[in-house]
Amino acid sequence: MFTAEMLGAWFAAFLTLAIFSYLYDDNPFYKAAEHIFVGVSAGYWAAQAFWAQVQPNLFGRLWPKIAEGSELTILERMWYGIYDFMGMIAPKGYFPAGGIEGHDQIRLSYLIPFILGIFMILRLVPKVGWLARWALAYIVGMAAGLRFYGYLNSDVIEQAKAAVVDFSGSWVVILNGFIVIIGTITGLLYFFFSREHKGALGKASKIGIYFLMISFGASFGFAVMGRISLLIGRFNDLIRFKGADYSHATYWILGAMIILLAVWAFQKKDDTGELTT
Amino acid sequence: MNKNNLVLFSVGLLALLLYWWGYGHVFREGNAAMFVAVVVVSVTILYYTGKAKRGDEVYLRPIAGLKALEEAVGRATEMGKPVLFVPGIQDMDQVETVAGLIILGNVARMTARYEAGLHVPVARSIVMEAARETCRESYLKEGRPDLYYDDMVHYLTDDQFAYAAGVDGIMLREKPAACFYQGKFYAESLILAETGNSIGAIQIAGTGSPAQIPFFVTACDYTLIGEEFFTASAYLSQKPELLGSIKGQDIVKLWIMIIIVLVFVLNGAHQAGWTDFDILSLLTSY
Repeated sequence: MFTAEMLGAWFAAFLTLAIFSYLYDDNPFYKAAEHIFVGVSAGYWAAQAFWAQVQPNLFGRLWPKIAEGSELTILERMWYGIYDFMGMIAPKGYFPAGGIEGHDQIRLSYLIPFILGIFMILRLVPKVGWLARWALAYIVGMAAGLRFYGYLNSDVIEQAKAAVVDFSGSWVVILNGFIVIIGTITGLLYFFFSREHKGALGKASKIGIYFLMISFGASFGFAVMGRISLLIGRFNDLIRFKGADYSHATYWILGAMIILLAVWAFQKKDDTGELTT
Repeated sequence: MNKNNLVLFSVGLLALLLYWWGYGHVFREGNAAMFVAVVVVSVTILYYTGKAKRGDEVYLRPIAGLKALEEAVGRATEMGKPVLFVPGIQDMDQVETVAGLIILGNVARMTARYEAGLHVPVARSIVMEAARETCRESYLKEGRPDLYYDDMVHYLTDDQFAYAAGVDGIMLREKPAACFYQGKFYAESLILAETGNSIGAIQIAGTGSPAQIPFFVTACDYTLIGEEFFTASAYLSQKPELLGSIKGQDIVKLWIMIIIVLVFVLNGAHQAGWTDFDILSLLTSY
């Protein structure tokens, strides 16, 4: 029987093989998989942003669910009147009656991101589109300040603490400590821009770039191992879907794809009118 | 010492005195080392920025990747092919994205000057808005607002690998002659750079993500690694205040090296029992 799970397996096998078909050439299967992937993910992320962020974290804090039996002041009633109005014009479920669950009190400070968000949308109105710059300026300024503190802590204070060598340890530990200090200092010297890299500075920065390249090489090897495990994951799925439980989905799709790709390749003509394979 | 520097150092000293006075009751305990670091770094950078603004010349050693930017755009123009600029996959709250957009501003000025096509696919809506502003301004500065259109900066998707697939598709169909990857990247870096390599484009990457630099070094013609990427805006604009800030950052690096050596020596002396002063407790507890 063809179940929903089987349909999902066939679709997954098709998309996996379609993406792999890029190894041959940019072909209609790859194009289809690419457009499905981009389109579906764009829609998914838009929905996710609203239901996981905007609705619970912004509207949920501005209009939290009113506790049963609680009496609202006139100002609060007016405030919830705005919410009710938005509930009337928005599709059902976006603004549930009585407020959004998850928070217990109104947080008016969230009006700032709400207003900045509206400014961003106003980009659609040419006359007041310049207001979007305020929102952008806030984001960039806030990020710069926040990251300044974070980087200073991790890259300066923590790095200075890491310069400590434990002299009570074995000679390997001590040697490692010295290597870390030399690597850090020479690495920093490589990133000196206001001096020409000549003489002692040139030699030290050369040692620094060797340290950097060794660390990049190690990082490269580590990441490649991670990629291989991802590839194994895709192959595991394809092997699973080739079984009788899934009506040999992998074999059928692979066979059909090879035949269609062969037909497409023989029909495709290049600009000179010659057949290309 | 001139008046501006006197004011700057006085403000820095005042901030330190204020912190010392309010430590424990106005200011939270345990952040003294960070506070001192923030003040020292800020004063140092502001001092050198001011010096450069007043006309002091700042030497910057050449960086091959930055010199190649204009060459790459020129090559694209000669070939009649567009330029692709990828500003990373993160939002505007990442320093790398901001640095990437500053470089985009310079690249957009070059494409406007040479009348080359420009594609900027983005993965975040706010980045799209900021990138459009940047490109619009660049085309305006070059006196070619007629060449600018909003769709040169276009949103693909927020999803990391879907975005990589989309950019790969653009590369395969549009065949750009120059590809720039400037921003924050993760696992998609090699996918993008390999595809760019396969179409024969000249590729210049720049990122502060240490884990992705090896991939760019492998697959791209030029790579701006770490700090080189962040200094690009100063190099390209040659604005005195930005050049001064680079000089200031170099001095900050010198401070850091001195601190590292001091921590190593003082801690070694403490371990040997030559002194009771424990530098680590100073950095950790204050």
